[in-house]
Amino acid sequence: MTEPVTTGTEVPVSSTANKVFPPLDPTTLAPQLVWLSMTFVALYFLLKKIAIPRIGGVIEERQNRIQRDIDAAEKLKDEVDGAMKAYEKSLADARGNATAIARATNEKLTAEVDRERAAVETATAKKLADAEIRITATKQKALESVGEIASEIAGPVIKQLTGKDVSADEVKRALNPGAGE
Amino acid sequence: MPDPIYQFEVKRLFPLEIFGVDATFTNSALFMVVGVILSFGLLMYASRGRSLVPSRMQSIAESLYEFVAGMVRDSMGEQGMKFFPLIFTFFMFILTLNMLGMVPGFFTVTSQIWVTAALALLVFFIVIVVGFAKNGLGFLKLFVPDGVPIYVLPLVSLIEVISFFSRPLSHSLRLFANMLAGHITLKVFAGFIIMLLGAGGAASALAPLPLLAVLGITALEFLVAFLQAYVFTMLTCMYLNDALHPGH
Repeated sequence: MTEPVTTGTEVPVSSTANKVFPPLDPTTLAPQLVWLSMTFVALYFLLKKIAIPRIGGVIEERQNRIQRDIDAAEKLKDEVDGAMKAYEKSLADARGNATAIARATNEKLTAEVDRERAAVETATAKKLADAEIRITATKQKALESVGEIASEIAGPVIKQLTGKDVSADEVKRALNPGAGE
Repeated sequence: MPDPIYQFEVKRLFPLEIFGVDATFTNSALFMVVGVILSFGLLMYASRGRSLVPSRMQSIAESLYEFVAGMVRDSMGEQGMKFFPLIFTFFMFILTLNMLGMVPGFFTVTSQIWVTAALALLVFFIVIVVGFAKNGLGFLKLFVPDGVPIYVLPLVSLIEVISFFSRPLSHSLRLFANMLAGHITLKVFAGFIIMLLGAGGAASALAPLPLLAVLGITALEFLVAFLQAYVFTMLTCMYLNDALHPGH
């Protein structure tokens, strides 16, 4: 397409410039393609070997850093969750323990009170029984004394009334007919 | 009125011949070299801190990187990342040259059909080579979409073949035409200002109107400069995705 212009380049260029639309001028094809291929290939390798690794490296490093930070934050969050869980568990445990202790104490105290009451009641019952026995004995004794007094009084009373001297044994036998035998 | 086409003229700065091929260093070549140095230099300068918390410049470099990486991942998946250096080169090369072209008086390399055609053909051949290397003859499944009734299949396949082979055409013309048209429009409207001022009288009072238009179009052209770099790169990703996964 492009015949190498050997001599007098000014003449054909200026003459074609008036006829050919410059962006479509075929005589500029070869020089433009030569320089386009050289510059394009140069830019390709400059970008591929130097600029892209450099910019891409920074972006990748940033993403890694962000990922690391996110991971670290997640780990910390997990730790916090674990600690929170442990805290809640110990809180629940403590609450359970407190309830158990309260119940146990309550039961113990109730049992003690019951036992003491029972002991007191037994003691009281015993004392009551003793007192009753004593009362009965005293009553018996009193009743017995009544007989004695009666026999003692009976002698002089009979003497006064009848003038007869009656021995104490006779009176006793008369008052207590069963006792003499 | 200044010639709006003059800005696209390739000027021979000093002659050079490599193996009998005309390799004259032109203004186009100069801006390609400047573009390479600029894009590489800016990326290196921006990322010089390599800090975990990026500076403003580093954020720009990382945004460009992530932008293209996201594009590659979205269209090709993780396995497409091995093409990332190539895609990133396409994006940075075209974006830098588009932006350089926005500087008044600078040459717009991407407004040269030979340049955009070469880039598009490079993509086209990479797709074919990668397609056959990855899938063998299975790459031809690209032309046989699934679930198409057998009686329309020849027609559909024909359309697929035509669309496949017209890709480099649309791929290169889109970038070329956008840059060309934008710069011509800018130049024409800027020319109106001078013409109106030169006319004098009531016409001169109208001169601010094209000035406002130039202002708006300049902003639009910056958008187009970015957008066309993006579109070219995006299409490259989609075409390469066909090479990796031809079975639609």
